[in-house]
Amino acid sequence: MSKTLFDKVWDSHVVRNIENGPDVFFIDRHFIHEVTSPVAFLGIKSRGNTVLYPDRTFATADHNTPTINQHLPVEDPLSANQLKALEENAAEWGISHWGLGHQKNGIVHVVGPENGITLPGATIVCGDSHTSTHGAFGAIAFGIGTSEVEMVLSTQCIMQPKPKKMRINVNGELGFGVTPKDVALYIISQLSTSGATGYFVEYAGDVFSNMTMEGRMTVCNLSIEMGARGGMIAPDEKTFEYIKGRPLTPKGEAWDTAMEYWQTLKTDEDAVFDKELTFNGADIEPMITYGTNPGMGIGITNHIPDASNVEGGVATYKKSLGYMDFNEGDAMIGKPVDYVFLGSCTNGRIEDFRAFASIIKGKKKAENITAWLVPGSHEVEELIKEEGILDIITQAGFTLREPGCSACLAMNADKIPAGKLAVSTSNRNFEGRQGPGSRTLLASPLVAAATAVTGVVTDPRTLLEEVIN
Amino acid sequence: MAYDKFNIVTSTAVPLPIENVDTDQIIPARFLKATERKGFGDNLFRDWRYHNDNTQKEDFILNNPTYSGKILVGGKNFGSGSSREHAAWAVYDYGFRCVVSSFFADIFKGNCLNIGVLPVQVSPEFLEKIFEAIDTNPDTEIEVNLPQQTITIKTSGESESFDINSYKKENMLNGYDDIDYLTKIKSEIQKFATTRPF
Ligand code: SF4
Repeated sequence: MSKTLFDKVWDSHVVRNIENGPDVFFIDRHFIHEVTSPVAFLGIKSRGNTVLYPDRTFATADHNTPTINQHLPVEDPLSANQLKALEENAAEWGISHWGLGHQKNGIVHVVGPENGITLPGATIVCGDSHTSTHGAFGAIAFGIGTSEVEMVLSTQCIMQPKPKKMRINVNGELGFGVTPKDVALYIISQLSTSGATGYFVEYAGDVFSNMTMEGRMTVCNLSIEMGARGGMIAPDEKTFEYIKGRPLTPKGEAWDTAMEYWQTLKTDEDAVFDKELTFNGADIEPMITYGTNPGMGIGITNHIPDASNVEGGVATYKKSLGYMDFNEGDAMIGKPVDYVFLGSCTNGRIEDFRAFASIIKGKKKAENITAWLVPGSHEVEELIKEEGILDIITQAGFTLREPGCSACLAMNADKIPAGKLAVSTSNRNFEGRQGPGSRTLLASPLVAAATAVTGVVTDPRTLLEEVIN
Repeated sequence: MAYDKFNIVTSTAVPLPIENVDTDQIIPARFLKATERKGFGDNLFRDWRYHNDNTQKEDFILNNPTYSGKILVGGKNFGSGSSREHAAWAVYDYGFRCVVSSFFADIFKGNCLNIGVLPVQVSPEFLEKIFEAIDTNPDTEIEVNLPQQTITIKTSGESESFDINSYKKENMLNGYDDIDYLTKIKSEIQKFATTRPF
């Protein structure tokens, strides 16, 4: 029978199928971090279980780590306590641990691929919903809850009903100044935040084949924001090129055997999806959100829609605009901004810093802007220095922070103050996500850069033209 | 983490007719710093319940003594956002055993089922009826009957059936979770593991 890419990977990991129930689903690779793992380790102890395969789990500290002065003790006692718990649990069970200060430390979804832990055809889970990032490599990757973290630690399996399958095709060419982040925000705006709930998505079409691995990671990362369990892209030469030679990828003969298998990881021609959607890449503009969920996004030159033109509850829509202190019909361009955040597992990779630098080069940070530029990992930080991006950043009046999740979820000290407006390259604009009372506009690194130098929401194409001319 | 068995819950309900209630609202990230599962109920809907100075926001439903009960009724797409199980813990620890909505986000729903909160998905029309019934009379009782898979508005007798797969149903009725199941088949899993190439 013809199978989709998703079927091939899923079916090969089913240990047992329960009638009218979930599948017992085997997990190849498991990431843990300080926030969602401590209670799982307690559970293991209280049930008298052990960690079954410690070498299939990888620990990194990222969610509540500080992004300045990482060499000093962590000030917040609660955060320090979680970091210590992670370190102790990892040591007790023999799990590799890239804690604060470790040269491989960084955001879990950035360091996984960098180190070759993420492989095509693998199943990958983590107690963080943006685990979908790893789908960029043709893996099945998704976020799980703490009970499931405990399941994976003690049995290497979770119990999951097989999701339905959706294919999203984006064909044609992307316009000038349009990035993978814009493609993702565009798709979410078309589907809404629940449009893909119950589905696992495969992204296909020229736009994704032409995308870099970093770009594919950004797209897959945001799959969860339309409700999907995860998203994936069939591995191709770019994928193999990216993973080859990374510290934990198979080597020698093992590589050749793996390659043989990986070449088969594509959707068969006549395979059927439960739902299929097709978009045209040329229709996509640089995007920005204006409300309190990632589905509330528009092309940056557009105006905030009237309540009468949006699907769903008018009261919820108005509440959302009320929180943002915006009005129906407002233009987005020109809105004064207070903060700019470049970073997160969505846009904290080297390519994102290159994009940011391409705009700010030779310009100056706007006075009204506080900017937090946070690399996704030490490896990204190193590349920023090597490629001369740090100089560009510094000359433009910005500083570079140390790696971590930072203002993506504001668990550390990087909180946007109440009422302040931030252009953020992260993934969620929920009420208070970036700090109590904070207001978030999600956008690409190009939009963030253009805004950082002008002080108001700015279409990056206007500045890019200057650069090119 | 064992939880109390779920059979039939009959209770008044707390209405929250807002759509897309995300997990950052259910429990904001800054309350995820515990290393034990304790006290999450206190921070359920923290920023909707309290001002910055920790005084209560009078107009929020949980601060209104007229409404209480073991059932939370939410708008469409309840529980979207992060995978934090803390959101489900907060709901359970606060005292809710059941969340009713016309649509749930996947991860939140799975987390609830794992820890003993029953997510009951009803039709949009029935959800409206529940909101109206509570609006008319806050003492309206709702019966959630897991063995029969029905939800009934006691005052009017209107009822609807809901879906749950038989495995999860069995678990909820007995207070079991998935870990209990998985540890029993560990040797089968270990055999499977030897077939994985990486
Ligand atoms: S950057 Fe944000 S979304 Fe990504 S892992 Fe960290 S907290 Fe989660």
